[in-house]
Amino acid sequence: MSKLVKKIGLTLLTILLLIVGLIAGGCASSQNDAGSAGQAKEQGKEQGNEPYQIGAVIDISGNSSSLGVPERDTLLMLVDKLNQDGGINGHPVELTILDNKSEETEAVLAVKKLIEKNVLAVLGCSSSGPSMAMINTVQNAKVPMVSMAAASSIVEPVSDRQWVFKTAQSDIVTVKKIITYLKARDLTKVALLYMNNTYGDGGKAAFTTAAKENGIEIVAEEKFEASDKDMTPQLTKVKAGGAQAAIVWAIPPSASIITKNFKDMGLSIPLIHSHGVGNQKFIELAQGAAEGVILPIGKLAVASQIPDSDPQKKVLESYIADYQAKYNTQPNSFGGYAWDAFKLVVAAIEKAGPDRAAIRDELEKNTSGFAGISGIFNMSPQDHNGLGVDSMVLVQIKDGKWQLIK
Amino acid sequence: MDRFRCLMKIKKTFLWPAAVLLFLALPLVIDSNYLISVLIVIGLYTIIVQGLGILMGYAGQVSFGHGGFFGLGGYAVAIMTTRYGWHPVLALLAAIILPGLIAAIIGRPTLKLRELYLAMGTMGFGILIHTMFNEAGELTGGPSGIAGIPYLTIGGLTFDNDIKFFYLIWAVVLLVLFGINNLIRSRVGRALRAISESEHAAETAGIDTGKLKLKAFIFSALLAGLAGGLYAFYVTFVSPAPFGFNTSVQFVLMAVVGGLGTFLGPLLGAALVVLLGELLRWAIPLVIPGAGGEYEIIFFGLILVVLMIYRPEGLGAFGKISKSPMEKTPAASDVGLPESG
Repeated sequence: MSKLVKKIGLTLLTILLLIVGLIAGGCASSQNDAGSAGQAKEQGKEQGNEPYQIGAVIDISGNSSSLGVPERDTLLMLVDKLNQDGGINGHPVELTILDNKSEETEAVLAVKKLIEKNVLAVLGCSSSGPSMAMINTVQNAKVPMVSMAAASSIVEPVSDRQWVFKTAQSDIVTVKKIITYLKARDLTKVALLYMNNTYGDGGKAAFTTAAKENGIEIVAEEKFEASDKDMTPQLTKVKAGGAQAAIVWAIPPSASIITKNFKDMGLSIPLIHSHGVGNQKFIELAQGAAEGVILPIGKLAVASQIPDSDPQKKVLESYIADYQAKYNTQPNSFGGYAWDAFKLVVAAIEKAGPDRAAIRDELEKNTSGFAGISGIFNMSPQDHNGLGVDSMVLVQIKDGKWQLIK
Repeated sequence: MDRFRCLMKIKKTFLWPAAVLLFLALPLVIDSNYLISVLIVIGLYTIIVQGLGILMGYAGQVSFGHGGFFGLGGYAVAIMTTRYGWHPVLALLAAIILPGLIAAIIGRPTLKLRELYLAMGTMGFGILIHTMFNEAGELTGGPSGIAGIPYLTIGGLTFDNDIKFFYLIWAVVLLVLFGINNLIRSRVGRALRAISESEHAAETAGIDTGKLKLKAFIFSALLAGLAGGLYAFYVTFVSPAPFGFNTSVQFVLMAVVGGLGTFLGPLLGAALVVLLGELLRWAIPLVIPGAGGEYEIIFFGLILVVLMIYRPEGLGAFGKISKSPMEKTPAASDVGLPESG
């Protein structure tokens, strides 16, 4: 027993020491910030140079890193530019980006760390799960959060999510765009194929509801795994079902594989994909089979084709130019979500000042006609996404490129 | 136990209440919700790894399926409270009992397997449970998970902030710690040790190894379920993602780093893995701006390798390595542990 007793004592002391280390190291600055935040703010008003803190929790590594990396790159580019241009009302902006490794528990810890740092708002996460996990924390701490993930449940019901906003289009926006296309061409019998994960699941749910409301019949419904290498069995059923069009809700590589199978089987009905295939990789992996595929997409991919009168045109072109200059590659829609989140928050701070509640109110009440990368944002107390059907356009793939459908 | 040793015990007992009290006073001193949440997460993992420690360190059976039991606890709470409107306390009970029941059912056939096959069997179970969370759309919410879990309320006390949760979770950790302390010093504990040394020898000595291994398995599942239930109340959202194979591996890692068959190994292992992860999360972006977990994992791996070279028996095994005078006291036999592992 005595040995045991010593062991417990030593262990707890070790943990105490480690914690002291953590306080001394990582949190020393944030602790001081917390203590002197009030004074600093007072001084800041006179001198106009106290930095504004903004935090971001991004899926930089792990499963969703393909989303998180362009988001991080966009944020780093934007904050550099903002500070070069003099920051917000003369205040430089300090952006802290933390990685949640695409994990939910990590996201909760990361957002708490940021709140300790007295950030005015939190951007993130990249995917829906970690975003959902952070909601309880930001609601309790009363910190505005702008997610870049798709699931509509992140901002709904708004009554339980007053502090949460998001910049990625909800599934319903994509679905409405597809429904408009189907109705315009009088296609009433469709097949629905989706990948078996959060993305496919959300698309399937939204499409099923909308199809019912619009008198479109789903004659075949099939799912496949993200790791599947052949979807011929599912497509065979579609062929037999007498569908007039096939809707596929997936992301590459499985989206590319199903497109290849579709061509190989000689199916001639229109193949409509979701916005999940809105990157060049889809076309490459489909090896030519992507020709003729129709999909709704954010305007970023077809920025050069949209008319000059479009209020987003200027914003899109400058984002593409800046991103290409810095990273030597085309930006994608995920980076666009980060662009929107950052600019929305910066615009809100500019008007509301360094006050979390005022920033939230500003985001909700005064975000109207905001031309971003993903669309024109019109937030309201009922809608914390603020994007409508006009935020997307339909494109067809021709010669390996997106071609706007008029 | 003679009178002298009793006196020694009382004297040495001074150290730990002081340490425990100091530790429990932390929330009053550190005024940082972030650090308190880190401690909460350490506590949650400690509960699971304690159970896993009994299973691996004493009964000598490995499990790569405890992420599944952890998830079963979380989902039990989520489903019972949001779908059926159960009282949180009842839901928490379900979160403990359900994994226990399932462990009892699958334990018999699974524990007949040895070594690598047992590892694969439990791994399969973990993946099965994870797949079920993803697939049982109506019940589990599919890949999107279940949101809106209410806070835990016990007799009018609502655990709605980090400090309250800190005390709740560490009360459970200490309770389990002392429960296990008693367990390993009992007949059952000695029998379990015998199994981990040699299953055949234990059988020869008249120990019902099958039954004991099953008991240890069920016990570890109960604890994982309890931690899962508490996790659900803490985050108020569950989805299949945190309960996958990676999580199971992480638990085994914590158990091994902490030290198998050592009393405080689980606590040390969980604390090291979580604190190191947090430390690296803020430290690495300071050196390389915008860098994420991809660099973290390198440092993490390096530290683990160094640790395993110099402390192959784990952090909790300090009694075995140091040649301090306390090594020579008859304390070890008192605890029921042989000196060498």
